[in-house]
Amino acid sequence: MTEPGTNNCATAEVTIVNSHGLHARPVMRFVDLASRYEAEIRVDKGDGTEQVDGKSPMHMMLLAAPKGTTLRILTRGADAEVALKALAELVASGFSDDEPS
Amino acid sequence: MKLSDFFEIDACKPELTATDRNGVIRELVDALAATGVVDEENREAVARACITRENHGSTGFGKGVAVPHVKHVGVKRMAACIGRSSAGIDFAALDRAPVYTVVLLLSPENDPETHLAAMERIFRHLQQDNFRRFLRQAETREMMKDLILEADEVQDT
Repeated sequence: MTEPGTNNCATAEVTIVNSHGLHARPVMRFVDLASRYEAEIRVDKGDGTEQVDGKSPMHMMLLAAPKGTTLRILTRGADAEVALKALAELVASGFSDDEPS
Repeated sequence: MKLSDFFEIDACKPELTATDRNGVIRELVDALAATGVVDEENREAVARACITRENHGSTGFGKGVAVPHVKHVGVKRMAACIGRSSAGIDFAALDRAPVYTVVLLLSPENDPETHLAAMERIFRHLQQDNFRRFLRQAETREMMKDLILEADEVQDT
């Protein structure tokens, strides 16, 4: 329904499924992906606690979100919807974190 | 959780001897091993695991700090220490800048939630410009200890 524009907003909730949670490597994967989009990307735990910048690794580490945490991702900007879809898929896929490396 | 709950002051290095990334990681793992966090027979394995982890993605998140870390079965309890390099270390940091403050965090293998909580504490403080600046200037173990205790106090209020 919405026209593409800089004020496009999108929100999704997605649960962390990998066993070690949102530790440094998943954070870096998230930030790498988020940084490919123009949209502003904010992330919180949907519980009224702080919201962090999804493009900043230092901020994302503050979520300290273990397995089972529901993250809320909020995007705003021309590519808000594609950004949201990609990021939600990354989290839902477990960041490929539990696969043997 | 407070920083002083898991920072080993005795393992902190106000002036690192090593001048390269792997050397710094080994030096700080050795320092934590000396305080009993890692047994002698596991020291090398823990250092190697930490270096391997670093090779998978730099923990130099920018602004002159790096937080190398590893979860390893040879770590008896979660512990961290600080190494300071006045010359700066190449950590392949995200912003390509040299690293002057290295915080090493070692965690046992089976407690990801405590590990995440400790990382949150560390990053919460490393984000403060003043905390980073004072750490970079901390020339003695005593100064590092005071910074950690002050950081914990601020957190309480």
